[in-house]
Amino acid sequence: MASERRDRIERLIERGLQACAGLSVLVTAGILVVLLVETLQFFREVSPFEFLFGTVWTPLFLQKSFGVLPLVGGTLLVSFIAMSVAGPAGLLTAIYLSEYAPSRVRRVVKPVLEVLAGVPTVVYGYFALLFVTPLLQQLIPGLSGFNALSPGLVMGIMILPMVSSLSEDALHGVPRGLREAAYALGATKMQTTVRVVLPAALSGISAAGILAVSRAIGETMIVTIAAGQQPRLTANPLVPIETMTAYIVQVSLGDTPTGTLAYRTIFAVGMLLFVSTFLLNLVSNWLRERFREEYA
Amino acid sequence: MTRRLRNQLLDHLLHGAGMAATLLGLVVLGALLFDIFSDGLGRISWDFLTSFPSRRAENAGIYAALAGTVWVISFTALLAVPLGIGAAIFLEEYAARGGWSRVIEINIANLAGVPSVIYGLLGLGLLVRTLALGRSVIAGAATLALLVLPVVILSSREALRAVSPSLREASYALGATKWQTIWHQVLPVALPGMLTGMILALSRAIGETAPLITIGALTYVPFAPAGIWSPFTVLPIQVFNWVSRPQEAFLENAAAGIIVLLALLLAMNGAAAWLRDRFQQ
Amino acid sequence: MSSSTTAIPSLADVAQQSAESGAADTPTKVDVDALSFFYGEKQALEGVSLSIPANQVTAFIGPSGCGKSTFLRTLNRMNDIIPRTRVVGKVAIDGDDIYAPGTDVVELRRRVGMVFQKSNPFPKSIYENIAYGLRINGMAGARSELDDRVESSLQAAALWDEVSDRLRESALALSGGQQQRLCIARALAVQPEVLLMDEPASALDPIATQRIEELVYQLKSKYTIVIVTHNMQQAARVSDRTAVFWLGKLVEYDKTSQIFTAPSEKLTEDYVTGRFG
Repeated sequence: MASERRDRIERLIERGLQACAGLSVLVTAGILVVLLVETLQFFREVSPFEFLFGTVWTPLFLQKSFGVLPLVGGTLLVSFIAMSVAGPAGLLTAIYLSEYAPSRVRRVVKPVLEVLAGVPTVVYGYFALLFVTPLLQQLIPGLSGFNALSPGLVMGIMILPMVSSLSEDALHGVPRGLREAAYALGATKMQTTVRVVLPAALSGISAAGILAVSRAIGETMIVTIAAGQQPRLTANPLVPIETMTAYIVQVSLGDTPTGTLAYRTIFAVGMLLFVSTFLLNLVSNWLRERFREEYA
Repeated sequence: MTRRLRNQLLDHLLHGAGMAATLLGLVVLGALLFDIFSDGLGRISWDFLTSFPSRRAENAGIYAALAGTVWVISFTALLAVPLGIGAAIFLEEYAARGGWSRVIEINIANLAGVPSVIYGLLGLGLLVRTLALGRSVIAGAATLALLVLPVVILSSREALRAVSPSLREASYALGATKWQTIWHQVLPVALPGMLTGMILALSRAIGETAPLITIGALTYVPFAPAGIWSPFTVLPIQVFNWVSRPQEAFLENAAAGIIVLLALLLAMNGAAAWLRDRFQQ
Repeated sequence: MSSSTTAIPSLADVAQQSAESGAADTPTKVDVDALSFFYGEKQALEGVSLSIPANQVTAFIGPSGCGKSTFLRTLNRMNDIIPRTRVVGKVAIDGDDIYAPGTDVVELRRRVGMVFQKSNPFPKSIYENIAYGLRINGMAGARSELDDRVESSLQAAALWDEVSDRLRESALALSGGQQQRLCIARALAVQPEVLLMDEPASALDPIATQRIEELVYQLKSKYTIVIVTHNMQQAARVSDRTAVFWLGKLVEYDKTSQIFTAPSEKLTEDYVTGRFG
C-alpha cells in the first residue's frame, strides 16, 4: 500500500534526524572516553596525588616531575588578571548600556562590542605580545618579554563583551516595576541601580561572571603566544609562566612521540581542564536557571 | 555636603564610570586594529597572497594557509551544516519535551562551553589515531565540525522556532506528512535565518587555532592541500608560526596574515548581515 | 466586482429556510460518540456526542474557551500535533472510526479539509499555494491538469476573477479577505469531503465577511461544512444546524431555527440572547 511505503520513509527520515541529534551525546562520550583512557594510562605510572599536588612540572625534561600545580597556578593567575578587567568593566558597561545610555548609543556600541568578541584569539595573542607588552614595559621596568600580566589584560578585553552582554540580559530581566517603585521614592538612578536592580540581578550576573572564568581558563592562544612556556608556581604577574592550555599546545607542536608518558600528560592536563570548565559551566547554568525562575 | 548633592554626585560618577568602561572596549579594539594595520598593511600584495611560506621573510606568502583554510572550512561546513540542521529539526519538530531530548539539550548546552583545545584532544585521540585519519584536511575539518556543531544546532533551532506554527497547521490540514511539511514549508522559511547562523558559526571556526595545532596540523607547509587526505595548515596557524619567530620581518608577515584573516571574517559577517536584512520580513 | 448572485437569508428568513433543508434530511457524514479530550491533565471536552449531516452547514457556537475549536480539531485529528493531548471516545466519518488504530491520518486530513481563524497562506505564489496540496497528494500529473485544478479551485472559492492575471505573485500581497478565500481554495483543491472552518471570518471586515458567508452557502451543495463561530448572527445566517458548547460540554444541538427561536435549554437561550459570552 502506498501509505505504508510513505510511513516507512517518514520513519526512516525521523530515525536519521534522531541520529544527528544523538551524535552530540556521542561527542561528549567521545571526549570523556579519549580523556579517560589516556589519563588512566598516565595514572598507572604517576600517582594522582603527585599529579594534583606536586609543585614541579618538568615532564619534557630528563629529570621528570609531574606536579601540575605550576600549570594550574599559571592558569589561575592569568584568569584572575583577566577577570579583574572583564568583571568590573563588563558590569559597568552593562549598567551603562542598560540604565544610562540613550538607545542610539546602544545601537552603535553593541555590534562593535560583538566584533571584539569575534576577533580570533591568535590576533589577541599578537596584540598582547607586540603591542601591550612593550607598552607595559615602558611603565614597569622589570616586566619580562613573556609574562602573565599582558595576556591577562588582553584576555580580559576579549571576554568583556561576554560579561557585559550576559549581565545586560540579567539587568533587563529585572522587572520594570521594581525600578519604578524605587524612582517613586525619590531615588536617583545610581541608588536604584546599586540598591535595587543589581541585587535583583545578582544571580544572573554571577552566572555571567562564572561563565567568563570558565572561558578564561580554557582560552589558549593568547597565553601560548604572550605568557611564555615556563611552568612556574608564582603569583608574580611580571615573569613568564605557563597555563594548562598553553602546555597542551606546546607538546602538540613538538616532536614528543605518541604513546610516551610525556605525551599522555596532555590528556591528563586536558582532563583537569575539562572537569573544571564543566563544573563552572554547570554552576553558571544553575544560577541562570534560578534567575529565570525568580522572574518568570 | 548635603545628602542630595552627594547622591547626585555619585549618580554622575556611576554614569561616568559606565561610559569609561564602555569606551575601554572600543578604544582597545581601535588600538588593536591600528597596530595590526600599521604593522602589516605594507606587506599586503599580490605576491604575498600567492606565495608559499619561505625561510626568507620577504619572500614568504600566505597562499598555502589561505588554501588550507578554504579546504578545511568547506569540509567543516559540509559536515556540520547537515548534521546540525538535522539535529535541530529533530529537537524542534519531532522530539517530545522532557526525557531523552532534555538530556540532549543539556548536553548541547554543555558542549558549547567546552574549551576548543579539548576538541583538539578529541580530534587527536579519536579522529587522527583511532579512526586513523591522520593529520589531514578531513581530520581538521571533522574536529572543527564537532566544535561548531552546538552553535549550528542552537542557531538552527532558533530559526525553526521563528517559523509560524500556522504554516505547519496549514500544511498538515492539506494532508501533508510531517516531513513534507518540514521540507516544503518550514525549511524554506527558516533557511535565511539558518544560513546566517551557519556563517557566523563558520567564521568562528576560521579563527580557531588551538584545536588544529593539537591534532597536529603542520606549521610549515610549502604546498596547498591536494585533497582531503593531504596535510595542511590554516591562516591562524601560519600567523602563530610567524609570531613565534624573533625576526622583525616575520612579525610583519604575521600582521599581514592577520589582515587577510580579518578581511575574510569581515566578508563572511557582511554576507550574514546581508542575508538577514534581505530576507527579514 | 463580481458579487455573488446568491442572496443570504436574513435572520428572519432563517426559520423557513432551515425548515426547507430540514425537510430533506441528509444522511449522517460525521458521527461523534461520547468524545472527551484532554490537554495534559486538563479536560477540555466532556462526553460530546452529535451527528453532522452531509451537505449541510453545521455551526458550533459558545463563549471563548468552551471547547468548540478543540472539538472541531478532533474531527481531522489536528490536535495530534499538539504534544501531551489525549482523546477518548469515537469519531466516525462515513461509519469508519478515525481514531481506530491503523487509521491513515494523512489521508484523513486530505478528506477533511480545514480553514483557520487567521488566514495562513504559504509565503509563496498564489499558484503554488493551491498546487502544493495537489502535488503532495499526487493528484496532479501533467502541467495542464495542475493548471486546470488550480483554476477550478480558485473559481470555487470565488477568487479566480480577482487573481487570474497574477497567479505568480506572492499570496502575501493579497488582502485579508482574499487571503482567507485563497486558503479556502487551497483546501478545496485536494477535493475534501468535509470542510472544517475555525472562525474563518473573525479577522475580516464586514464586506470580506459577507463574501466568505456567501461562499459557505454555495459550497454546501458539494461539501459537508462545519463552522466554528463566536458570531451568533453568522451562525444564524449560514448554518442549517447549530451546536452550543459551554465549558467543554455540548449544551444543545438542533436545527438552527430551533436554537435561535425556541431553544430547549435555558443556557442556550441566555447565550443566544447575549446574556453572557
